[in-house]
Amino acid sequence: MPILRAEHLTYIYSQGTPFQKTAVNDISLEIEAGELLGVIGHTGSGKSTFIQHLNGLLKPSAGTVYFEGRDIHADKALLRQLRFQVGLVFQYPEYQLFEETVFADIAFGPRNMGLDEAEVRERVSEAAAFVGLDGKIFDTSPLEHSGGQKRRIALAGVIAMRPRLLILDEPTAGLDPAGRESILGNILDYRDRSGAAVLLVSHSMDDVARLADRLVVLNRGRLALSGTPAEVFDHAAELREMGLTVPAATEIALALKERGVALPESVYTTKYLAKLLCALREGEGPC
Amino acid sequence: MLKNITLGQYFPGDSVVHRLDPRTKLLWLAGYITALFLANNAWAYALMLAVLIGESAAASIRPKTLLSGMKPLMFIVVFTAVVNLFYGTGEPLLKIWVFTVTADGIRRSVFMVLRILLLVCGAFLLTYTTSPLALTDGLERLLGPLKKLRVPVSELAMMMSIALRFIPTLIEETDKIMNAQRSRGANFDTGKLTERAKALVPLLVPLFVGSFRRADELATAMECRCYVPGGNRTRMKVLKFARRDVLALALCAAMLAAVVLLRRV
Repeated sequence: MPILRAEHLTYIYSQGTPFQKTAVNDISLEIEAGELLGVIGHTGSGKSTFIQHLNGLLKPSAGTVYFEGRDIHADKALLRQLRFQVGLVFQYPEYQLFEETVFADIAFGPRNMGLDEAEVRERVSEAAAFVGLDGKIFDTSPLEHSGGQKRRIALAGVIAMRPRLLILDEPTAGLDPAGRESILGNILDYRDRSGAAVLLVSHSMDDVARLADRLVVLNRGRLALSGTPAEVFDHAAELREMGLTVPAATEIALALKERGVALPESVYTTKYLAKLLCALREGEGPC
Repeated sequence: MLKNITLGQYFPGDSVVHRLDPRTKLLWLAGYITALFLANNAWAYALMLAVLIGESAAASIRPKTLLSGMKPLMFIVVFTAVVNLFYGTGEPLLKIWVFTVTADGIRRSVFMVLRILLLVCGAFLLTYTTSPLALTDGLERLLGPLKKLRVPVSELAMMMSIALRFIPTLIEETDKIMNAQRSRGANFDTGKLTERAKALVPLLVPLFVGSFRRADELATAMECRCYVPGGNRTRMKVLKFARRDVLALALCAAMLAAVVLLRRV
């Protein structure tokens, strides 16, 4: 059974005013435990609105969200419990930090769950370890740290709830390359060790191509494409039409093929492309 | 939830009211408010209500939108209504403990509520149909003569336009932070009063931090563009009175005159 299932979700903003806008239009999808699902789409394609339905922050205008087979809006008391099961990390989560100490901020979620202090302590340490935070900074103010560090603290604050589905909206936006790599590594680590599902919203085609097991593409609130990265990135022309790009490796492979180099379909990671190119020049010696 | 607050928001459009000069609209509002406080009988209030309905029709703003902006003020409206109910003089109709309700009190209460409703809706119509930029531009021009008295008119106008500009941004930010904290199990909607007050801390701290950050960024951006308070800037859009402005002001004068005449009825 999929851990989360969305059926025909539709959401209309500001219904009945001159600003009325359908942000999400009839989207259905499923997420399996342990899976990393990438969601890509142009700015304004409805990605951020869509993910807010998955932990019940927004109530769909039409359609239903099922978490482990149960309609999440069926019971109000369950909805709050659901927020601990479906961890949502917003864009620029560092702007949500508020506590006096790093420890207290990470502990905010677990404390809201009503856990006892020993359990809270354990979860905070565990979450901090996942995102590579040193226990030494627990007593410092979260606001005095650098941007990348603050993001780790915010991410730990969600991971400390041990969500079964972790949703991240552009977790690497505004970070330097080293910071991006390490945050993405932390997320994969969490997935591998907890068996949780991860939904990753991203602008970076290279990142999702490398990490995701499955991709969905949103365009103007609709589900435009879905499938494995290979299946999705084979539609290079359609993606470009939606204002999206393909991974750099795909770009290079397509350009080479146009010039008559014999390459297979569905090249979308740099690693795979490098391997193919090496195989091509095998005759000329090792590379 | 917070998105529903439309206070100080501008609805772009192309109606006659939208196209009026902001100065005309400001004068109109001043005239309307004056007339509202001059009105002292049912006929005058009926006229004021008719004017408002006519104006919102001309601006193609639906009454529902206008009234939805009133929601946060409902408490004040109800409070005023109740207090005024007991303020009347004359024959008591109903006696509850030391409070007496009279026909005069009921009349007073109805008029007071109407006055507040019309006042606020009239002001909403101005901000709904005028962009904050145009509004402060108009205000600055109208108050221009005060510059001779060393009143820092352009600084005030700039502060006002910044404040107006950031209302929607702050609301959006509040919404975002609320959602982020809700995702971590924060509970803003239920619980005892003390619990709810406590629940505001996770909201207010990031909001303050964000406001200071934004103010800082804005100040830097303004300095980068060589902003000098009170510097003599030329305008990209020079305000010009058109024939419709003259007509609108004539209507405003007619309304004032009518209300003054109705006072004698």
